[in-house]
Amino acid sequence: MKFTEEHEWLLAEGDVVIVGITEHAATQLGDLVFVELPEVGTEVSKDDEVVVIESVKAASDILAPLDGEIVEVNEALVDEPTKVNEDATGAGWMFKMKLADMSELDDLLDEDAYKALID
Amino acid sequence: MSELQQTALFDLHTGLGAKMVPFAGYAMPVQYPIGVLKEHLHCRTEAGLFDVSHMGQVIIRANSGNVTDAARALEALVPVDVLGLEAGRQRYGFFTNSAGGIEDDLMIANRGDHLLLVVNAACKDADFALMQAGMGDSCTLEMINGRSLLALQGPAAEAAFAQLVPSAAEMRFMDVAVVDWNGVELWVSRSGYTGEDGYEISVPDADAVRFAEALLAIEAVAPIGLGARDSLRLEAGLCLYGNDIDTTTTPIEASLNWAIQKVRRTGGERAGGFPGADRILAELTDGAARKRVGLRPEGRAPMRAGTVLFASETSDTPIGTVTSGGFGPTIEGPMSIGYVAKANATVGTVIYAELRGKRLPATISAMPFTAANFKR
Repeated sequence: MKFTEEHEWLLAEGDVVIVGITEHAATQLGDLVFVELPEVGTEVSKDDEVVVIESVKAASDILAPLDGEIVEVNEALVDEPTKVNEDATGAGWMFKMKLADMSELDDLLDEDAYKALID
Repeated sequence: MSELQQTALFDLHTGLGAKMVPFAGYAMPVQYPIGVLKEHLHCRTEAGLFDVSHMGQVIIRANSGNVTDAARALEALVPVDVLGLEAGRQRYGFFTNSAGGIEDDLMIANRGDHLLLVVNAACKDADFALMQAGMGDSCTLEMINGRSLLALQGPAAEAAFAQLVPSAAEMRFMDVAVVDWNGVELWVSRSGYTGEDGYEISVPDADAVRFAEALLAIEAVAPIGLGARDSLRLEAGLCLYGNDIDTTTTPIEASLNWAIQKVRRTGGERAGGFPGADRILAELTDGAARKRVGLRPEGRAPMRAGTVLFASETSDTPIGTVTSGGFGPTIEGPMSIGYVAKANATVGTVIYAELRGKRLPATISAMPFTAANFKR
């Protein structure tokens, strides 16, 4: 699993990556009450706002971690946003994307580097 | 947080794992480990314990010794029937300014030989000054230091409190009483700000932790932070001073007409005689140009404070603004409070909110969003 400084995790699965927010981010945000997902097929560039989430406290944007195309979204979150709080790196995944350049994954943080960032 | 004041329960909160945040100059618990959503639901189904010690408690005594003189003096500052408030009873009110705006909202209790007020934390010093200037000649004011204020709210509040103080069960909504708990003097009102039945309990600081722990030892009682306090009061349609009402909103714009009793209205025995009476009484008769309303957004996106409202998907001219908004765990959807022009204020009207560049529909709705559960 790879991480971004924006508190997202990415997990490669064949030629796509699954993207979500980290447990740390979910805890900081508090219980999520609203998730707005992008449309499947959307071409995104790194740092585009792709997902809007709202917690009991405030609204935040989730940015595209890398360039690519959204190929699947986790529709279950629309009705049950708290899945993100309950299982941030599992059932709380947000979208899958096909990266323009799979090798860019290597430039992201590994788990140790991410842990060092949030400590 | 070194400059922030702490309540007597600070160590109890941190020991319970609370996340502390600055609020009105105090370090206050915004949530405990179970989180805002579960805290909210716990309060609606069982009982929640809130630390509201940051709020101001003020005693007004008439120099004559007669409580009616204190009531008469206070009526010069609030458009409320204070003289008609019986001993042992409490009522909601607000200080108004000469433009008809609201300086603060508060609870007023008649405790037999004096009045006890509970005012907002952020306003308490200004309120004290305002009262000193407005009634200092005839009354002696005392800002109570050294007493904590707890709120116990929810359907299980009565049974829980009665385990410690059996007579509490006999109180009705808005009754006030002084009761004894193991030699500790508690000042109790059967009220709160969640839309649930419950109590607000003033306890000496020295006994506050022990009292809070005695309540928390009861299975139905859980500690609740400011986060859930906000969603609870919002579902109950109650105003947050500084958001939904302030010095620029009149009580009539704020749809608080019910809190101005007949005796203070035009034609009443003690009509007017409070700051801004001209405007407030005129608006009572003719209506205000804008009204505070409830809003139920379609879909799940919360419309929060500052969201601008329009009459249609395409109109350029705003008709109002959201002043509080969020997600209601009990109603399982978003809800907001805001002000809209009189013409758009009828319940059932669909209006549009501009959210992230899109116009999303919301329906003007009656408040409270959840049915109140008071023991009248």
